[in-house]
Amino acid sequence: MRNSISLRSFLSASWLGWKIESNWTDPFLFATYSIIKPLASAGILVLMYSIITNGNFDNPMFAYLYLGNAFYQYVPAVLSGISWTIIDDREHYRTLKYIYIAPVNIPLYLFGRGVAKFITGSFAVLITLLAGFIFLKVPIDINQINWPLFILSLILGIIMLALLGLLLAGITLITARHSYYIGDVVASGLFLFTGAIFPLEVLPVWLRPIGYALPITYWLELLRRSLVGNVAQAFPTFTQLSNLDLVLILFLTSVIAGLIAIYFFKKCNHSARERGLIDMSTNY
Amino acid sequence: MLPPIQLTQKHSGIRLFIMTVFGRAYPRVIGMQREKSWLFFDIFVPLLSVSAYVFVYRAIGAPEDYVGFVVVGGAMTAFWMNILWSMSSQLYWEKEQGNLALYIISPASMMAILLGMALGGLFATLLRAITIMVFGSLIFNVSYHLVSFWQLIAIFSLSMIALYGMGMMSASIFLLLSREAWHISNLATEPVYLISGMYFPVKNLGFWGSAFGSIIPLTLGLDAIRQLIFESGPSLGFLSVNIEIFILILLSVFYVSAAKFLLAYIEKLAVREGRLTENRR
Repeated sequence: MRNSISLRSFLSASWLGWKIESNWTDPFLFATYSIIKPLASAGILVLMYSIITNGNFDNPMFAYLYLGNAFYQYVPAVLSGISWTIIDDREHYRTLKYIYIAPVNIPLYLFGRGVAKFITGSFAVLITLLAGFIFLKVPIDINQINWPLFILSLILGIIMLALLGLLLAGITLITARHSYYIGDVVASGLFLFTGAIFPLEVLPVWLRPIGYALPITYWLELLRRSLVGNVAQAFPTFTQLSNLDLVLILFLTSVIAGLIAIYFFKKCNHSARERGLIDMSTNY
Repeated sequence: MLPPIQLTQKHSGIRLFIMTVFGRAYPRVIGMQREKSWLFFDIFVPLLSVSAYVFVYRAIGAPEDYVGFVVVGGAMTAFWMNILWSMSSQLYWEKEQGNLALYIISPASMMAILLGMALGGLFATLLRAITIMVFGSLIFNVSYHLVSFWQLIAIFSLSMIALYGMGMMSASIFLLLSREAWHISNLATEPVYLISGMYFPVKNLGFWGSAFGSIIPLTLGLDAIRQLIFESGPSLGFLSVNIEIFILILLSVFYVSAAKFLLAYIEKLAVREGRLTENRR
C-alpha cells in the first residue's frame, strides 16, 4: 500500500507537472520557446570563445566548454523543477496545504513535478548538442560513444540532481517568494565550481576543493569522457582517475549529498509546519 | 517610517501619485528587511555566476579588459532581472493574487504603482549591481580608465530611464497575458544577454545584430559605459558615446511615452474584455 501511494504520488505529479509546463500554449510555440533559450545560452559562450580565439573551434577547450555547458542545462532544469513547485503550489495555485493533507508522499510528489522540467531540459540538451555537432563541428563520433558509461552517468546524475532539488525545496519551504527561481540562481552559482565550462585548474587553488566535493563535477567529466574521450583527457584535472574511479566517486558523493538533502528537507519541512508556513503567501 | 494613513485625508493629483509610489515601494523594502535570504540568493550567488564567465575568459587567454567587461555586464544583468521579474511579470502575479483588481479600483495611477515597484525593487538591484562591481573588481583586479565622469553619469541615468520605461511598457502588455507571461519572462533572460552583449562587446554581433540588440536600452548603455571606463573600450565600441547618448534620449522618451499610452489603453482593453480578474490556471 505504501508503495502504491508513493508511485501514485510520483506519476500523478509527473502528469500534472507536464500539463502545467506545456499546456499554456500550442505545441509549436512551446517547442520554439524550448529551443531559443538553450541556443542563446550556448551562443553566449560560443561568441565569447570565438572573439578571443578567432573562431578556432578545433581546440579541445571548445569541445570541453560546449559539452559541459550543454549538459549543465540539466542542473537548473531539475533544481528549479523541483524547488519551484513549492512556490507554485503554495502561493500561485494555493494547493500546497491540500497536498499536505492528502495521502501523498511529498518528496516523491516534488520529484514528479520536476519530471516535466527534466523532459524539456533533455530537449534543450539535445538541441544544443545537435547545433554543436552540425554547425560548430564539435567532435562527437556516434561510433566512438561509450553508451553504457553515458547512460549510467546520466541516470546517476539525474538522481543526484533530483536530491539536490529536494534540498532546495526544503529551503524554499521556509523562505519567502523572491523574484527569481532559487534553482536557477543556485545552478548559476555552481557553474563556477563544477568545471562545466573551464577546467578546475583555472580556479584559484583554494577554490578547487569545492569543485572536488561536488558530485556535479564528476558527473560532467563522465559525460564528456563517454561522448568524446580524447577531448576530456586533454585536460589534466582527472587524468589519473579511470572511468570506474569516477563512477564510484560520483556514486559516493551523490549518496552523501542525497543523505544531506533528505535530512535537510525533513528539518525544513518540520520547521515549516511548526511555524505555519505551508500556506504562507509572500507578495511584496 | 511613513506616517499612519489618515482616513479623513483625501489626496489627489501629484500628491496621490507620490503617495502611491511610496505605498507600493514600501512593502518591497520592508519585505526585504524581513526576509534576509535574498542577500545570499540575490547578491552573493550571482557574483559566483559572473565569476564563472570571468574564468572562461581566463581559460582561453583573453585580454584583461574582457574580465572587466564581464564584471560590468554582470552588474547590469541585475537591472534586467529586476525589469523582467519584479516589473513586467509582477503584474501577472498581482493578477493571480487578486491585487490587480484592487489597484484598478483604487484612484491611484497605475504608472505610480509601477514606479513604486521599480523604486522598491531598485534597492535590492542597486545593492546587487554595486556588490558585483565592487567585489568583482577587487577579486579580479580589474583596472579602470575613466574618460568622462559626467558622460558616465548621463549614460547610466539615461539607460535606467529608458530601461524602466521599457519595463513599464512591457508590464502593461503583461496585463493581458496569463500563464504565458511567466514563460515569456523566463525566455527573455539568456537571449537578451546574448543580443545585449552582456559578457562580450556587442560590436561582435555585426552592425545589424548590434542595432537589433539596441532595442533594449541596456545594450547601448553597457557599450557606452565600457567605452568610458576601459582603455580598450573605445576601439571595441559599437557607436561613439555621443551617438549612443542621443539614441538613449530617444529611447527614454519613446519608452516612457509608450508606457503611459499603452498602460492606459491596455487597462481599458483588459477591463472591457474582463481580463483583470481572469485566472486561466
